[in-house]
Amino acid sequence: MDILALFDLSVLDSTVRLATPLLLACLAGLFSERAGIFDIGLEGKMLFAAFFSAAIAALVTINAENAEQVAQAVADAVANNDQATAQSAAEGCSGTCRFFAGVSGWLPAVWIGVLAGVSASLFLSLVHGLASITFRGNQLISGVAINFLAAGMTVLIAQDWFQQGGRTPSLIGGGRFEPITLPFAETLSGVPFIGPIYAELISGHSILVYVALLAVPGTWWLLFRTRFGLRLRAVGENPAAVDTAGVSVVGLRFVAVGICGVLCGIAGAYLATGLQAGFVKDMTAGRGFIALAALIFAKWRPWHALWATLLFGYLQAIALRPDIIEGALGFKVQVQLLDALPYILTVVILAGFVGKAIPPRAGGEPYVKER
Amino acid sequence: MTAPAIELKGISKAFGPVQANKDISIRVMPGTIHGIIGENGAGKSTLMSILYGFYKADAGEVFISGNKTEIPDSQAAIAAGIGMVFQHFKLVENFTVLENIILGAEDGGLLKPSLSKARKTLLELEKEYDLKVDPDAVIEEIGVGMQQRVEILKALYRQANILILDEPTGVLTPAEADQLFRILGRLKEEGKTIILITHKLREIMEITDTVSVMRRGEMTATVKTAETSPEELAELMVGRKVLLRVDKAPATPGDVVLDVKNLKVVDEQGVERLRGIDLQVRAGEILGIAGVAGNGQSELLEVLGGYATGSGTITLNGAPIDLTGKNSDGRSRRARGIAHVPEDRQREGLIMDFAAWENTAFGYHRDAAYTSGLLSNNAAIKADTADKMERFDVRPPHPHLAAKNFSGGNQQKIVLAREIERNPDLLLIGQPTRGVDIGAIEFIHQQIVALRDQGKAILLVSVELEEILGLADRVAVMFDGQIMGERLTADTNEKELGLLMAGITDTDAPHTMAEIEANLAHAHGDASKEV
Repeated sequence: MDILALFDLSVLDSTVRLATPLLLACLAGLFSERAGIFDIGLEGKMLFAAFFSAAIAALVTINAENAEQVAQAVADAVANNDQATAQSAAEGCSGTCRFFAGVSGWLPAVWIGVLAGVSASLFLSLVHGLASITFRGNQLISGVAINFLAAGMTVLIAQDWFQQGGRTPSLIGGGRFEPITLPFAETLSGVPFIGPIYAELISGHSILVYVALLAVPGTWWLLFRTRFGLRLRAVGENPAAVDTAGVSVVGLRFVAVGICGVLCGIAGAYLATGLQAGFVKDMTAGRGFIALAALIFAKWRPWHALWATLLFGYLQAIALRPDIIEGALGFKVQVQLLDALPYILTVVILAGFVGKAIPPRAGGEPYVKER
Repeated sequence: MTAPAIELKGISKAFGPVQANKDISIRVMPGTIHGIIGENGAGKSTLMSILYGFYKADAGEVFISGNKTEIPDSQAAIAAGIGMVFQHFKLVENFTVLENIILGAEDGGLLKPSLSKARKTLLELEKEYDLKVDPDAVIEEIGVGMQQRVEILKALYRQANILILDEPTGVLTPAEADQLFRILGRLKEEGKTIILITHKLREIMEITDTVSVMRRGEMTATVKTAETSPEELAELMVGRKVLLRVDKAPATPGDVVLDVKNLKVVDEQGVERLRGIDLQVRAGEILGIAGVAGNGQSELLEVLGGYATGSGTITLNGAPIDLTGKNSDGRSRRARGIAHVPEDRQREGLIMDFAAWENTAFGYHRDAAYTSGLLSNNAAIKADTADKMERFDVRPPHPHLAAKNFSGGNQQKIVLAREIERNPDLLLIGQPTRGVDIGAIEFIHQQIVALRDQGKAILLVSVELEEILGLADRVAVMFDGQIMGERLTADTNEKELGLLMAGITDTDAPHTMAEIEANLAHAHGDASKEV
């Protein structure tokens, strides 16, 4: 039996990577729900963002490559003084090809992908805001609708654009995030204990992992140390208090929902361009709902959200290593059972087995001015 | 001559076909307390909402200190120096007092400087107006009286010169109300202008300088308080002469009908809501249960009415009543002759979207008169409803109208007709006149007294001390799940009952406000844990 193997650096390393999309989505939900807008559409928004970030990043890389080849062909033809061939070769890259090739000049393809993903998620957020804030609709129904919309639209558009069975082409080169090696990682790796932890666990992730980790203190500071945070928390507890204080309830809630959209967008983009290399059907695999469970588990607090999502990330990571489990427990555990663990924990949390979690008091209720 | 602090000229506001405010003009002089009195739905709150920027008037002008002012939103109202203390406080329950005070009036993007500035200002305001609060207390853990002071401080912190208070004493004990009036007096001395909206004539007479009366969206009169009387104001409000005192002969109590011994109720969180209640109600008497809301009165009614469980013994006419099991539900209670007019008529007494005739049958829908075989006899129910509506003067007398379309008073009459007409031995009645117009109050009180005079036992729960004193023959005061004392109505007064309501049984000794406050905060704190 080797219990320590359960905390092997490679397991912890993948814990961090797998926790990242959960953490971002959890913080996204935190902003929205702290402002009184329940959001079960985290899943759909992540999926939408994952697709659009992968699709746009793919289009940019493909077209940029194509443009280069065309330019080469044209140059060759011109060198041979063959005007006709040059003309027909130039037609190989026009319209959308030119557009994407042009865009690739400003930013690396992967960042363009992230921007596209964030915009897509933000768009869905605004739909949710319009339905639940402006038109005071039912927040759960709006969220469910967004999830269905995203599940269907992503596959449909993917098939139309790429004809690869509802997935995007695999992202190569500049189309996905490469791990970042933090300074001194090489030098320190020799130092016992601390060295490997720094070099393998802390260093060597893609930039979005660090963005997610920094978002935790950022969220805490914003919520509990700024005027915006005070108002945001107040609008989720008692919007009438905010309204009578002369602050716009609708405005605050839209900002919160917007922040939720941006964070969900980054989460989705990370899934498709950091964790994996491209979009596949339903690739979020319930992560939006796991993030919601983590949010309840964390009782809507940023630091707790970090611990909760790390726990879920760990469960997902360990499920990938049945060999370690077998070594630690001394018997073989069904892989299917391991895969199901995060979802089982989700159900347990949502059923209220982790003590009383009191949601923001005005959550889920559209604000109507009373007489 | 100084300009009025507020002058409204020709304000009109309609909601669809309902004219809530009709050509209202009013002048409020600076440094005075101006009362606005009227029945529910008379348009008082609409008028004040227009003044605070919640609604836009269809017509009319607002002048603040002589200057014409547009008030499109609350921000503009605050900027014009208007502060409002709503009937239901607009406080964030899990924020501290200080956080609530700066909300919306922060200085800059960071909280720290705002909070320390507010702390300093708060100390000054506290000294100036004798408004004691603990800046670091969390709202849900302090009593209603202090919460209200926080609302007043919120307005003062925003430099309000005009303070509007909407039904401020509804949730207060008499002692707390007296303290509020002292604070208002102090604010007036400092030159603030106060508008007090209420339906309680006593308050108007006690502290206002002038009073305006509203009826059906119109301002019917503005008079100097010193030159009027409660009777005259009541007549102006209702449009006819009203009997303010309940006219009843002394009770002639008979046998014990309801006997409650050591009744205990523990809620879902394990908090003891009733801690050993003993009481008796005799035939032909009204026992009033007084107390600040949330001290166990609701639980008492729920257990007696058969929709909550408890432990202890209850007997009706000498035979025990089941507190648990299948014979402890509301249906069994009705079969035993207990009728119940619940405290919250809109949630427990009626189904608001259902028609009056359907509501009339609820609870008695298995009655032979209402059924024919397996089917319900709708024609019979409708005919019965029309008959009841006529006798109880329900307006409009349309059995097909949904319950939500009746006014509070008429809704209550529908419930009352349903329960009283069953000829019960015991009537449980909670907050019979909450949100009911003066005219209807008079009628409802007469019905309750008539039932008593038929030799029925009546258990009346009300947070309105005036109502208890007027209606009940005996009073039991509840505090923190216990009965603090029982008095004959004829031998007691508001002051004594007020102390009992604050949990102080030694009613002859002198007591300080701080002592009362501390006791109440304890009880309120317990009550707030429930949510």
